[in-house]
Amino acid sequence: MKNDKAKQYWRENLKYLLILLTIWFSVSYGAGIIFRSTLDQFYIGGFPLGFWFAQQGAIYVFVLLIFIYVRLMNRLDSKYGFDKD
Amino acid sequence: MTVQLWTYILVGITFALYIGIAIWSRAGSTKEFYVAGGGVSPLANGMATAADWMSAASFISMAGLISFMGYDGAVYLMGWTGGYVLLALLLAPYLRKFGKFTVPDFIGERYYSKTARIVAVLCALLVSFTYVAGQMRGVGVVFSRFLEVDINTGVIIGMIIVLFYAVLGGMKGITYTQVAQYCVLIFAFMVPAIFISIQMTGNPIPQLGMGAKGADGVYLLEKLNGLSTELGFAEYTKGSKSMIDVFAITFALMVGTAGLPHVIVRFFTVKRVRDARKSAGLALLFIAILYTAAPAVAVFARTNLINTVSGQPYSSMPQWFSNWEKTGLLKFNDKNEDGLIQYVADAQLNELVVDRDIMVLANPEIANLPAWVIALVAAGGLAAALSTAAGLLLVISSSVSHDLIKNVFNPKITEKQELVAARLSAVGAVCVAGYFGINPPGFVAAVVALAFGLAAASFFPAIILGIFYKKMNKEGAIAGMVVGISLMLFYMLKFKFGIFDGGKAAVAGLKSDWWFGISPEGFGTIAMLVNFAVSLIVNRFTGEVPEEVQEIVENIRIPSGAGEATH
Repeated sequence: MKNDKAKQYWRENLKYLLILLTIWFSVSYGAGIIFRSTLDQFYIGGFPLGFWFAQQGAIYVFVLLIFIYVRLMNRLDSKYGFDKD
Repeated sequence: MTVQLWTYILVGITFALYIGIAIWSRAGSTKEFYVAGGGVSPLANGMATAADWMSAASFISMAGLISFMGYDGAVYLMGWTGGYVLLALLLAPYLRKFGKFTVPDFIGERYYSKTARIVAVLCALLVSFTYVAGQMRGVGVVFSRFLEVDINTGVIIGMIIVLFYAVLGGMKGITYTQVAQYCVLIFAFMVPAIFISIQMTGNPIPQLGMGAKGADGVYLLEKLNGLSTELGFAEYTKGSKSMIDVFAITFALMVGTAGLPHVIVRFFTVKRVRDARKSAGLALLFIAILYTAAPAVAVFARTNLINTVSGQPYSSMPQWFSNWEKTGLLKFNDKNEDGLIQYVADAQLNELVVDRDIMVLANPEIANLPAWVIALVAAGGLAAALSTAAGLLLVISSSVSHDLIKNVFNPKITEKQELVAARLSAVGAVCVAGYFGINPPGFVAAVVALAFGLAAASFFPAIILGIFYKKMNKEGAIAGMVVGISLMLFYMLKFKFGIFDGGKAAVAGLKSDWWFGISPEGFGTIAMLVNFAVSLIVNRFTGEVPEEVQEIVENIRIPSGAGEATH
């Protein structure tokens, strides 16, 4: 019983990781590097968009991702009763 | 008051603060020495991690490098921040739950093998020593420019300060001085950035100012692109590296960040698993403040520099120009003897050589900011260099006293003796670091960047597989680490130092032989993939993982019951 719970917890955790790391990859390697030239045709303010992702946007998203992860995991911990010390 | 007087005052105050904190937070046990007692709050740990992480390279060199690289500077910006996402999601919580003192501790126990532990210790020492030598040098450079003492004297003063709080306070002393150092360095970086942003764009937030219009109504980036192409440089927002190389370097830096022992060990100092996650987020937030401002500083500095010097008569240059000429970091050679400064991309015609390191240090002077701001930059540079040096020294001393002496050579050592051993190895490590700071081997600067490749090629796969793949055995992990780090060293020696082709002079000619067109800086990505592949293949053909080790893995995946870090 306890083992099942742990397995399920782990599976949900892996699902979160997959989603968050996909976003992590898309903003940095996707928007900032691979599709940079295409995105550079668009502008926000004086920034070409691809350049903005590479030097600003990706970093903001990184910070957000960790805080979203913290929230998701805290919720997951209490759902499975793993939030006790 | 003069700049120099201000510098003495500000540096003096900050040093007194660091020493005061060291005396207040002396370490009484090995646990306090290695992991600050394990009760650091996520906020304090976030700041300490940020200071630990942001070295002299981040503070002094990065914005300058970017200002010459344009778009390509993104490899540092994304590479040195994106690694924290990996740390927070894939490493920190599990390593905290594991609850030991060092990275080799984890490798040694997870792979139930003394050999694995020793391999890990050697990798940790290699990575940390190359890294720390560069920091001591940074301390020396700041001292020599701003306090006008000899570089060597500067290194020795820096050594004494670090020695004082690292040896006395261990991780506990280091943690709380790093909190103070973070405050000093972020203030010192942001104040000039804000001043200059207002000056050039009217917007007080540098991150926005970078994309705003200048006084003439033209977007700053557009203007800089124009100036750059006019002088024959690549367009600023385009860069000149190949896409695959940008990809590889960014990836190597990210993965390397997540594999650096002095960063990982910071997450052993918090109380619970959830604190480890949260402090990774806070650390990145604190780091991101500087890392999103740095590219703005790069744009401001580059524009200012070109506007001030390009095509202007040498005789009308302001005071800062001759100040920096004296240090040799700025060189003017009037090739066509017209008395004007030709600053262009073509090496035949170019008359001005600018060292990248002076862009941040000289920026406040170029922008005519008040003396106290210039002095502040010196104090900030010192805080950045000292905090990183201290964190690295702790990894070195705990590798020796805990991983080698306590766990390999003499397991019977008492707690008290181990603490003495830890302090003595810290003293030894400071002296070695100081020696390299005073007599820098020519390759220090190059190797600092490559330390990430080494960390990526050795630790990252072993730790990830150790957590996410229960059936990973010791044979696979050891083979992976050894092959990964050897391959990285080989590539470095061949393509960075030209060892096999007749020395440094041959390096430029070897560029066309790069594997897949990837530079030595980005090769950590390939070496890491090879490590993963070797680990998995060897694992396939060798022994089973013992039952109790599989249980350890199951246990670290669950956050509750983290307890405290123990032997």
